[in-house]
Amino acid sequence: MIRLEKRPTPSQTWAYLTPLVAVVATMIAGGILFAFLDKDPVVAIRTIFWDPIFGEFAFYYRGQLLVKAGPLILIAIGLSLGFKAGIWNIGAEGQYIMGAIFGAAVGLAFYPMEARWLIFPLMILAGAFGGFLWAMIPGILKTRFNTNEILVSLLLVYVAESILASMSLGLLRNPEGAGFPGSRNLRQYESAANNELIAGWGMHWGVVAAFIAVIFAYILLSRHIMGFNIRLTGESPRAARFAGVNPNRLILFCLGLSGALAGLAGMFEVAGPAGQISIDFNVGYGFTAIIVAFLGRLHPIGILLAGMLMALTYIGGEAAQASLGLPAAAIQAFQGMLLFFLLAFDVLTNFRVRFGREAAV
Amino acid sequence: MELSINPILLVASLMVASTPILLAAIGEMVVEKAGVLNLGVEGMMIVGAICGFAIAVETGSPAVGFVAAALGGAILSMLFGFLTQYLLSNQVATGLALTLFGLGLSSLMGQGYVGIKPPSTPKLDIPILGDIPVLGPMIFSHDLMVYISLAIVAGVWAFLKYTRGGLILRAVGESHDAAHALGYNVILVRLAAIGFGGACAGLGGAYLSLVRVPQWTEGMTAGAGWIALAIVVFASWRAGRVLLGAYLFGGITVLQLNLQAAGVAIPVELLSMSPYLITILVLVIISSDRNRAALNAPASLGRSFHASS
Amino acid sequence: MKKRTFLLTGVAAAALASGAFADGHAPVKVGFIYVGPIGDGGWTYEHNKGRLAVEEHFGDKVETVFQENVPEGADAERAMTQMALQGADLIFTTSFGYMDPTIAVAAKFPDVKFEHATGYKRADNVSTYSARFYEGRAIQGHIAGNMTKTNKIGYIASFPIPEVIRGINSAYLHAKKVNPDVEFSIVWAYTWFDPAKEADAAKALIENGADVILQHTDSTAPQAAAADAGNVVTFGQASDMGEYAPFPRVSSIIDDWAPYYIQRVQAVMDGTWESVDTWDGIGPGMVGIGEITDAVPADVKAEAEAMRDAIGAGEYHPFTGPINKQDGSVWLAAGETASDGDLAGMSFYIEGLTGEIPN
Repeated sequence: MIRLEKRPTPSQTWAYLTPLVAVVATMIAGGILFAFLDKDPVVAIRTIFWDPIFGEFAFYYRGQLLVKAGPLILIAIGLSLGFKAGIWNIGAEGQYIMGAIFGAAVGLAFYPMEARWLIFPLMILAGAFGGFLWAMIPGILKTRFNTNEILVSLLLVYVAESILASMSLGLLRNPEGAGFPGSRNLRQYESAANNELIAGWGMHWGVVAAFIAVIFAYILLSRHIMGFNIRLTGESPRAARFAGVNPNRLILFCLGLSGALAGLAGMFEVAGPAGQISIDFNVGYGFTAIIVAFLGRLHPIGILLAGMLMALTYIGGEAAQASLGLPAAAIQAFQGMLLFFLLAFDVLTNFRVRFGREAAV
Repeated sequence: MELSINPILLVASLMVASTPILLAAIGEMVVEKAGVLNLGVEGMMIVGAICGFAIAVETGSPAVGFVAAALGGAILSMLFGFLTQYLLSNQVATGLALTLFGLGLSSLMGQGYVGIKPPSTPKLDIPILGDIPVLGPMIFSHDLMVYISLAIVAGVWAFLKYTRGGLILRAVGESHDAAHALGYNVILVRLAAIGFGGACAGLGGAYLSLVRVPQWTEGMTAGAGWIALAIVVFASWRAGRVLLGAYLFGGITVLQLNLQAAGVAIPVELLSMSPYLITILVLVIISSDRNRAALNAPASLGRSFHASS
Repeated sequence: MKKRTFLLTGVAAAALASGAFADGHAPVKVGFIYVGPIGDGGWTYEHNKGRLAVEEHFGDKVETVFQENVPEGADAERAMTQMALQGADLIFTTSFGYMDPTIAVAAKFPDVKFEHATGYKRADNVSTYSARFYEGRAIQGHIAGNMTKTNKIGYIASFPIPEVIRGINSAYLHAKKVNPDVEFSIVWAYTWFDPAKEADAAKALIENGADVILQHTDSTAPQAAAADAGNVVTFGQASDMGEYAPFPRVSSIIDDWAPYYIQRVQAVMDGTWESVDTWDGIGPGMVGIGEITDAVPADVKAEAEAMRDAIGAGEYHPFTGPINKQDGSVWLAAGETASDGDLAGMSFYIEGLTGEIPN
């Protein structure tokens, strides 16, 4: 008989060890999957986990890891604050889109004026504002009309996608683009471009913002009264109310902040790696960030690591597709497995596995 | 151009259009009533879609296909069940991982099934009822799955309201500790609910791949699972309202396409976002009645249960 | 700064690697970047068939690699860079949204050749290629105009981009020619891919009286809806959709990239590759017209085939004036044919179409 016994305090050792155990387990299970698909499992695993960091072309991939992880971390940090307090913003994808649209619109409005000191900061503000605004819709509906924020934030993703399509076909369409959809390329517009700070490093302002957000969230949660209120509300809403926490203010704060960060991520993406507003601009960062937030146990440092790990599986997975001919579907299934193992082994942090019958209490 | 939308045909097509969402949503509602939040609906739907499609093609029988779809969805959901119930993993993250895994798995399974036409699911020819003017073509001219989905909704409603099993399920969802203290096996009840949810999602997926589209293409559910999740919230966890929500959403989707087809001069962008906007609007109106709303969310929703805690 | 030197050496190494084929030892490495899954049964599926044809044609003289489901933007740029780094000699980027990423990566790898589908930006090592699907639409329009009894033709469109608008105009023009009373109702699905929505759109059109459905979306959902209705004519899109022949599917437009891909790979092998802008139609075989079934009356079928051959031989241009724009202003005078520039960026309806192009 196997049973779980709750540890009095979470095990520090296992907290660090479980991710490693999970990755090893994933390598074994994934290896079996790849072997089934007639691919050399060892080569496949090496291509996914090792090559992007230490392989022949690591000089390129390391930078790309940051490009991919940046938006995930930035969005996940915002979401984690709300999740801690039991506020469910699952529409970060929509806020990301709106941030990109607002940011790009401000940049394009100034085209072709060159004044980076003015335009780029304005775009950052506009991006954050766009995401904030979009998150305020579920926020205000929740505080005024008691409407469930899960539903509103999720459905607004689809609305944002419609607006995105409409923008790339209409208002923001490149007038010199021969009638094709999509805006001007912001990367080619000096004052609005969010290019790499050092060529080849992958580090752009969005990645910097992600790191700042991690530090900011860390301080907020450990030192600031707002962080205390967030945790208290999550653990016991009643206690929080007695302690004088205004639930409505907290809802608006958490949704607004997560929206603003998602909006920022969208703005940095559109001005940098993506370059332009197009119909298919969004690629699911807002949803993946939810996984990243939980994988990081809603802790800022954890999110940082989880974001990097997710980015690694994306980039390594792509490399495995191109060099080994693994179908994209196999990579998706593999990522799913990795998440399952990470989540499953987490149990060891809080519980002890006991064999045999339950001892008398 | 005059408005030439035929309400009879509109209702008939909205019933078909809404069925996949309805099936997935009613299943997820039962899961959530048991206090479990499974965000993997999309993943279970698409696995159901390919299981149903593949088996129907191989056996030539859509009925067997639907059974296989339900099984496929249920088996996949057990993965979620095992992780969240026994290993106490976080439900939100596990559900999302399930969606990712399901999308990948279904594509792998479906590689040999692209560009094939499945055996067709016959429409019922209901004598007498089908001949009633207006109502006949509107409501009594569909395939069996449409009625099965309605029967499931009615069954779930009756089960939750009138049976002891329904009471236990709700108790587990409201307070697992209390239910445990009363001697109910919380984990078993939840696993049963999760399995039911998986089976329903699988059926919904197969309805897409076997009846509504019908073909197999990777990622063909195209977000239907997410809409199903939204419908459960919209319905504030009530079976009747799940039906209302699914038909409302499906109805507006069909209506906006009909308005376009009829050449009505409303901007297309606005029409294409209308199903989402109107669903939000209706929910706002319903939930602003502060006395009733929000009390319906199962109190233990999303929380892990461990007996010794 | 050390990193930067690293990068440059890396690029140089890749350039060396890609030069290896010149001495005839290593196989030519050809990469493909796909926007959808190869199992989408439509756009990406057909490009992948082109890749397989390349493999079959050249045997072990080529090595092909591909990456599917690549989102447009940063991910595409990475996928291309990755292929170039790993020694690809020729890379086909098969979606319009890959345009800027292709140009950007091509600038970093001057010795790698790039081929971008449906775009308009070229460079010394970037060609563009596209298919004149509107030629196929003309034939569909001709058949559709003849076969409709309700005089109402439904058109399922994805997004209002020039490619789609061109198809609508071409089909309408030729339907109108044989049937002056014909009307088009157009439904914009606002998605590239959602089979269920395509099914709903087809039903909505049929319920509104359309008895011919043209589709610019890739799933067979509209075919099934038409088969269900019983008396509605459809055409296959992207792939032949022959499983719905002979009725409702009476013909189809097939994307056939194989001849072009083989020709371009050959050019790389021969060292004769240069940057070109290719826009091929029925003639060179990039646009295939699927078999016209016997559900089409014999005389109509004969006319349609004659039109196909005339277009293929370059004797007939589907956009030959007089053609007016929707607002009544003159677009093409009598006998004048449309310029490729006009066609490429087409963003207006021709006279007679109702409704507005959304933007």
